[in-house]
Amino acid sequence: MSYDELRHFADSWGLLGMTIVFLGLIAWPFRKGARQHHEDAANMIFKEDDNV
Amino acid sequence: MDGLVLKTGGWLGLALLALTMAVFAVDWPFAVHMTIVMIACLLVMWFTMTRADYAGYARGILKAPADMGEYDDDIIRWGVIATLFWGLAGMVAGVYIASQLAFPALNLNFEYTTFGRLRPLHTSAVIFAFGGNALIATSFYVVQRTCRARLAFPKMARFVFWGYQLFIVLAATGYLMGVTEAKEYAEPEWYVDLWLTVVWLCYLAVFVGTIVRRKEPHIYVANWFYLAFIITVAMLHVVNNLSMPASIFGSKSYSAFAGVQDALTQWWYGHNAVGFFLTAGFLAMMYYFVPKQAERPVYSYRLSIIHFWSLIFLYIWAGPHHLHYTALPDWAQTLGMVFSIMLWMPSWGGMINGLMTLNGAWDKIRTDPIIRMMVMALAFYGMSTFEGPMMSIKWVNSLSHYTDWTVGHVHSGALGWNGMITFACVYYLVPRLWSRPRLYSLRMVNWHFWLATIGIVFYASSMWVAGIMQGLMWREYGADGYLVYSFVETVAAMHPMYLIRAAGGLMYLAGFVIMIVNVWATIAGRVREEKPMTETPYNPAADRPLVGTAVPAE
Repeated sequence: MSYDELRHFADSWGLLGMTIVFLGLIAWPFRKGARQHHEDAANMIFKEDDNV
Repeated sequence: MDGLVLKTGGWLGLALLALTMAVFAVDWPFAVHMTIVMIACLLVMWFTMTRADYAGYARGILKAPADMGEYDDDIIRWGVIATLFWGLAGMVAGVYIASQLAFPALNLNFEYTTFGRLRPLHTSAVIFAFGGNALIATSFYVVQRTCRARLAFPKMARFVFWGYQLFIVLAATGYLMGVTEAKEYAEPEWYVDLWLTVVWLCYLAVFVGTIVRRKEPHIYVANWFYLAFIITVAMLHVVNNLSMPASIFGSKSYSAFAGVQDALTQWWYGHNAVGFFLTAGFLAMMYYFVPKQAERPVYSYRLSIIHFWSLIFLYIWAGPHHLHYTALPDWAQTLGMVFSIMLWMPSWGGMINGLMTLNGAWDKIRTDPIIRMMVMALAFYGMSTFEGPMMSIKWVNSLSHYTDWTVGHVHSGALGWNGMITFACVYYLVPRLWSRPRLYSLRMVNWHFWLATIGIVFYASSMWVAGIMQGLMWREYGADGYLVYSFVETVAAMHPMYLIRAAGGLMYLAGFVIMIVNVWATIAGRVREEKPMTETPYNPAADRPLVGTAVPAE
């Protein structure tokens, strides 16, 4: 693959792919049912304090 | 017995190999380094041969509690001590080179003590030795607690710790002898780079191994940040240090890249060392220790995930802003600038997430000096991640680049964010790791906080003035089209600012010395008799019903 081909791939399909993956990852925490999961995850670090 | 003979023989073989390398060395610093490696091998051989319970001895010396078989904390205790030791070395070097800039006679007219040799010693000691040991120690602490699992591969974890110390010693002694690749923050030469790669891959294995063995189904967000830090640093380190040694018996190598490609690779590395070593790694500390110290969960777990992915996707493109107005193509400079400005958003999202964790418990800033340090660290994280994107704008950069403004910016991030959050985490860890009721003195933490904060203010503000003045003087044209000031005139004009900067650094160092005394006394098991940080106001004379002459209203 020449530099030119790589460069064209990077600023077309590569850019599109990265953008879609990024938007997907950002949208994921907003999915239905995530709220409870996040609350459990955020409080998980305090579990060790209860049963030492 | 056969196993022991084999192991001892192996270490002896490695020591002899190092000796051979030292004998055939084509330059003397390489011979010195190979001798250090040989001594390290012989020490390990001795420890293997005598088969004593060295972990037990170390616990005795460090007054550490016995291994309860729950979490593997020995290595974290060593890491805390190494953090303080290297922090002292790095900060003393920093104050010394700051004084050299004000008083050049302090170069001592001796090649090993010139600014050029000591400056990388300072940067590497504070970033990689102080910061790196803090990251390794806290990551091993956090990953065990959040995964509810004991550290995977305990022997390899010990190798990571000692191997990393050997890396620091080789890098630091190399700088003094003039061994350098001349790449900022990547100065160590090829053989030290190879050694660090081995150590770092073992670090990755221990960390991932512990996550794989976790008893908790969810991987807490702090571990995401630690993992991103470990993986990205491995990638950056390997690519930026691709080079060909001039001789395998010598310390000199040549980079695989040349010209502007080399420069871009270097600053792709350099800025992501800031982004992933000094930001992602320390944010991992923030996401565990701030909620723990505040005793309330992080403000928004969702925001922490968005913070994570935005940092990962944006930081990696910001490097070209170090090469504005150079031979780098214009589009690449603009790309770097745009991504740097976009970074402002996730950075402030993260800062807000950390600060708002205290929502409903703001009084802790008044009563708990450790929380106060964490809040100051987050405030400086916010300030320097605002200043950075602003300086990456080409128009601002044309004034700020190559001036001391950059130095001020770096130190508001390093002293304010990395330093303060590390101090807070060490204060959190020490009583817990050594099973002490509390720190030796909370009032000394308070002293440390104020000395450090005022020191940073002196440092950053003097460097703003120095940098902007320097930039304006450099670009000042007279009516006849000639530059008004010579370079040395700008240096002379900055002298007062250099004095203020050295004073600020000295205050920061003084606060750190107080911390070392405090931690030392805590480890020794002492508790200082002192007035509590807050009093409960009570006036018994006033706390009673009124009797006597008062007449009710009619």
